[in-house]
Amino acid sequence: MNFRQINADTVKNTVKKLFLDCNYNIGDDILCALKKSKDKEKSPVGQSVLAQIIENDEIAAAEQIPLCQDTGMAVLFVEYGDKVVIENGSFQEAVEQGVREAYEEGYLRKSVVSDPVFDRTNTKDNTPAIIHTKIVPGDKIKITAGGKGFGSENMSAIKMLTPSYGIEGVKDFVLETVRKAGPNPCPPMVVGVGIGGTFEKCAELAKKATFRSIDTENPDPRYADLERELLERINKMGFGPAGLGGSTTAIGVNVETYPTHIAGMPVAVNICCHAARHKSAEI
Amino acid sequence: MKRITLPLTDEQIETLNAGDSVLLSGTMITGRDAAHKRLYELAQKGEDFPVDIKGETIYYVGPAPAKPGYAVGPAGPTSSYRMDKYAPTLMDMGLKAMVGKGARNKEVVDAIVRNHGVYFAAIGGAAALIAKSIKSEKLLCYEDLGTEAIREYVVEDFPCVVVIDSKGNNVYETEPQKYNEE
Repeated sequence: MNFRQINADTVKNTVKKLFLDCNYNIGDDILCALKKSKDKEKSPVGQSVLAQIIENDEIAAAEQIPLCQDTGMAVLFVEYGDKVVIENGSFQEAVEQGVREAYEEGYLRKSVVSDPVFDRTNTKDNTPAIIHTKIVPGDKIKITAGGKGFGSENMSAIKMLTPSYGIEGVKDFVLETVRKAGPNPCPPMVVGVGIGGTFEKCAELAKKATFRSIDTENPDPRYADLERELLERINKMGFGPAGLGGSTTAIGVNVETYPTHIAGMPVAVNICCHAARHKSAEI
Repeated sequence: MKRITLPLTDEQIETLNAGDSVLLSGTMITGRDAAHKRLYELAQKGEDFPVDIKGETIYYVGPAPAKPGYAVGPAGPTSSYRMDKYAPTLMDMGLKAMVGKGARNKEVVDAIVRNHGVYFAAIGGAAALIAKSIKSEKLLCYEDLGTEAIREYVVEDFPCVVVIDSKGNNVYETEPQKYNEE
C-alpha cells in the first residue's frame, strides 16, 4: 500500500489561509451577482444599498480587512483521501490551530461561546470549528472553508416533510422560510436547500448548498429548474436589499439532494447573507 | 440625505420620517445581546446602570478587532430582534434611539411611539464601509464581554435609514409591499 504523508503544518497553514481569504475577499460569483442585480434592481434605495455592499466588499479586499464584522463560526467540508497519513500531528488539531491562527492574527472576530446555554463564555480563539469529513478514495485532501454568520444562520429551518407533500411542499417550505426571515438575514441572501437523507444529513446538505458558488447549478435539470424557479419567486416577495424594499431579495438558490427513506422527504433551508464566504484548496 | 447630530433632540426626532436616509454625526453607545441582558437585569433589580443611557442612541454592534492604524475594526449592525425583549425597558428609562438591522416586535414599536424615539437601520454586511464613518471608540463598561462590551463611538456621517419613526411608521411594512409581485 502506498500512503502519502502530509505534514500537519501544511494542513494548518492551508486552513488559516482559507479563513483569511474568505473573510477578506468575497467570491467573484457573489460580486458579479451583486453588480448584475444592481443594474436590474427596481428600487432606487435598493440600488443604493447594493452599491454600498459592492463598495464595502471592494474596500475589504483592497485593505485586507473582514468584509463583515461577523466573521462567523468556522465551517469546513473536507474530502479526505484514504491514502493520506498526517505526520507531526493530528488532522483535527491542525484544522483547529489553523482556525485559531487565522482568527487571532487576521483581526477576525471571535464569536464562539463554550457552552450554548449555561456558560456562554467566549472561547477567545473562535474554536471549535465545525468539520464535516468525508473519506474518499485517493491521496489528497480537499478543504472548503467558510465563516458562517449567525444573523442569517438563525433564520434557517428544517422540516420533516413526507412523500405526499411532493415538489409543491418543498417549494412552499422554502418560500415560507424566506418570508419569515424577511429583512433580518441581510438580504440579498443566498438560500441553501437540502432535500433528502436523514434529519442531520438534510441540514448538512443545506449548508453544503450555501458553500457552492452561485454561478453553478444543480447538475440534475429538474433541480436546476427548481433553483431558478425559487430564485424568481423569492425576488417577487419585495423585501429587497437590506429589506428596505426592492426586487433583489436573493442572489442565489442552491439545491443539494440525497437519497432518502421510503417514508420521508426532509427539507432544510440554510439562509446565508450576501456575504456568502467560502474558499477551497486541495493539498 | 439628512444630516443629523447626536445626541438627538425631540425636535430632530420629530422631523425624521420612516424611509429617510440620514447621516449621523456625534456620539453613540454600543451594545448587543450580553450587555442588554446585564442592563435589563440591573433594571429589574432597580439598580443603577454603569452607563448613562438617557437621551442616547445605541448601536447594536459587535465589532471585529481593529487592524493597526484603524480607529475601529469592521462594525456593521447585528440583528435587532434579539434585543426586543430588553429594548422597551431601556427606552422607558430614557434611551432615545436604536441602530441595528431587521424587524422589531410590536412591543418595541409601541415603546418607540410612547417614548418619542426612533429606530434606524444600517446596512447589514457593510461593516468595512460603515467603519469608515466611526472616528474613535472608548470603552465604557463590561470589558469582559469583549466584542460585546459597551463602547462609545464618535461617528461622522454614519449612514443609515429611518425604519420606524416616532409616529410608528415602519418601512419594513410599507416598502416591500410596493415591490411585491406575487
